[in-house]
Amino acid sequence: MEAMWLSVKLAGCVAAILLVLGMPLAYWLAYTKWRWKFLLEVIVALPLVLPPTVLGFYALVAMGSRGPLGRLWTALFGHSLAFTFSGLVLASVLYSLPFAVQPLIASFESVDGKLLAASAVLGAGKWRTFWRVILPLSMPGVLTAVVLSFAHTMGEFGVVLMVGGNLAGVTRTVSIEIYDHVQSLEYGAANGLALALLVISFVVLALVYGINRRVRRRTWMPWTAE
Amino acid sequence: MDAVDSGVMLDTSDAEAPLSVHIRKERRDADRPPFVLDVSLELPAGLNILFGPSGAGKSTLLDCVAGLVRPDAGRIVVGEQMVFDAERGIHVEPQHRQIAYVFQSLALFPHLTVKANVLYGLAHLPAAEQTMRATRILESFRVDRLAARRPEEISGGEKQRVALARSLVTEPRVLMLDEPLIGLDAELKSAIVDDLRAWNTAKKIPILYVTHSRDEVDALGERVIALDQGRVVNEGTPRNVLDAPRRRRLAQSAGFENLLSGAVVDLREEDGVMRVRLETTELEVPLGYARAGDRVRVAIRAGDILLATEKPRGLSARNLLEGKIVSLEERGPIVAARVDCGAVFQVQVTKGAARELELRVGSGVWLIVKTQSCHLVEE
Repeated sequence: MEAMWLSVKLAGCVAAILLVLGMPLAYWLAYTKWRWKFLLEVIVALPLVLPPTVLGFYALVAMGSRGPLGRLWTALFGHSLAFTFSGLVLASVLYSLPFAVQPLIASFESVDGKLLAASAVLGAGKWRTFWRVILPLSMPGVLTAVVLSFAHTMGEFGVVLMVGGNLAGVTRTVSIEIYDHVQSLEYGAANGLALALLVISFVVLALVYGINRRVRRRTWMPWTAE
Repeated sequence: MDAVDSGVMLDTSDAEAPLSVHIRKERRDADRPPFVLDVSLELPAGLNILFGPSGAGKSTLLDCVAGLVRPDAGRIVVGEQMVFDAERGIHVEPQHRQIAYVFQSLALFPHLTVKANVLYGLAHLPAAEQTMRATRILESFRVDRLAARRPEEISGGEKQRVALARSLVTEPRVLMLDEPLIGLDAELKSAIVDDLRAWNTAKKIPILYVTHSRDEVDALGERVIALDQGRVVNEGTPRNVLDAPRRRRLAQSAGFENLLSGAVVDLREEDGVMRVRLETTELEVPLGYARAGDRVRVAIRAGDILLATEKPRGLSARNLLEGKIVSLEERGPIVAARVDCGAVFQVQVTKGAARELELRVGSGVWLIVKTQSCHLVEE
């Protein structure tokens, strides 16, 4: 149960951070005309194809006591970053970045450019246009981004193992615990946790797909202004 | 109507035009030939129709005035304010120009109610003022009963009224409309335009109304500006402008080898065509703004004329002319033939075709010309 709570806490933190970081990043990627922006898109997409161990390995090196990030962290907070919950959150944010940013980019880009022009002509600056037009019309994408980054973090294994190790209550998430159970041939316990993850994933995705479907049919838009 | 016209004329000769646009903008898109917009316009208060074929640069011009597109050179002055000056590096952002722009797609915010759409441009005002203005404009455009609906829940004509109300409630200094009434029936259209005119009798701002429809120009026009290939080709009353839709320069530069003078015989408006007598022969051409007896010029590309050695049958082309070849001349891969059918036409065929048809000077041939290949140009 401890592991399950830890996984949920980790996934929640990651999803929240990614929502805050992902929005400006996705906004910039969706609207910039900078010619090298594709390079940044590649970096954002990298975790999709990179083995988690590779990402985890470099994250660990960076966070280690000799790594730049590790030294900065130690100087600021007085303890090291590797094998802590904070370190785990940081690595997971990187690992789930594309799952938050890509749905956001897609939904920002799909907002009709004429609506943005209309907003500007009606006197709204970029900030107001974002909050009043782009964001409300991108709600399905925002929801998808939050849920995908949450679910993806819930299920991650390689990065957690590399960066967090296997410390009960600190970094031992559900997926690690399942692995532990299998290693010690406790198939019953492993099955219980695995089934729980499966059900959670199914329910969460079903919710997203169901909500987005209804939004597309415009029968339910709780974020609509009067 | 006459009195109003002369009144507007007097106003503009005294005061400076409320909108002055002198700009140049080059557009290079990978998939289209380069396009240059180069216009000089002084627009007085009242309805100004911007007329031209699609691709003439009408929307680009509007985008530049609105500030959505930055011109390469020139300046734009609204009232007393310089909103764009390339030399001094002035480019006022669209949100600070107080220029209303109604797009062809209307661009109503789909997630907002009609009322919220109308309130959108009033955020800088106190709440009471916002509500008062919104209520008043919704009433004057007869959409007050729709205030709580969303755009998807109202009809096309209602959407157009809401879009107008949303733009005008901000009390803009200029109103631009990009074919906003497309797809509406004539009655609905004129009702909306009447409301717009009524609104503007009090406000007296310049309205720039874009259309590519001759009917609309005829119906609305007080002052028409004809735009073609990025340039102003004519300005004046609808009659003046529509009578000269294309210029001779344009026809020649666009490669019309045949430029024939003739007189209009009759108009067949229901078919959208008219007959033009060229010396001893007649051509059916697209309907232009002309009357029977008017002199017109007809431009036809040599490559648009088909040549046959026997009289063809069962053709959709409306013009079939019998004639004799007067001369044949090889020009690279093509053969240029001059054919006398009463009037002399230039025709181009490929070398292979000339060989197969055994074309000789003096041989009798038939020319086939589609109505749509005949272009009217300014006399």
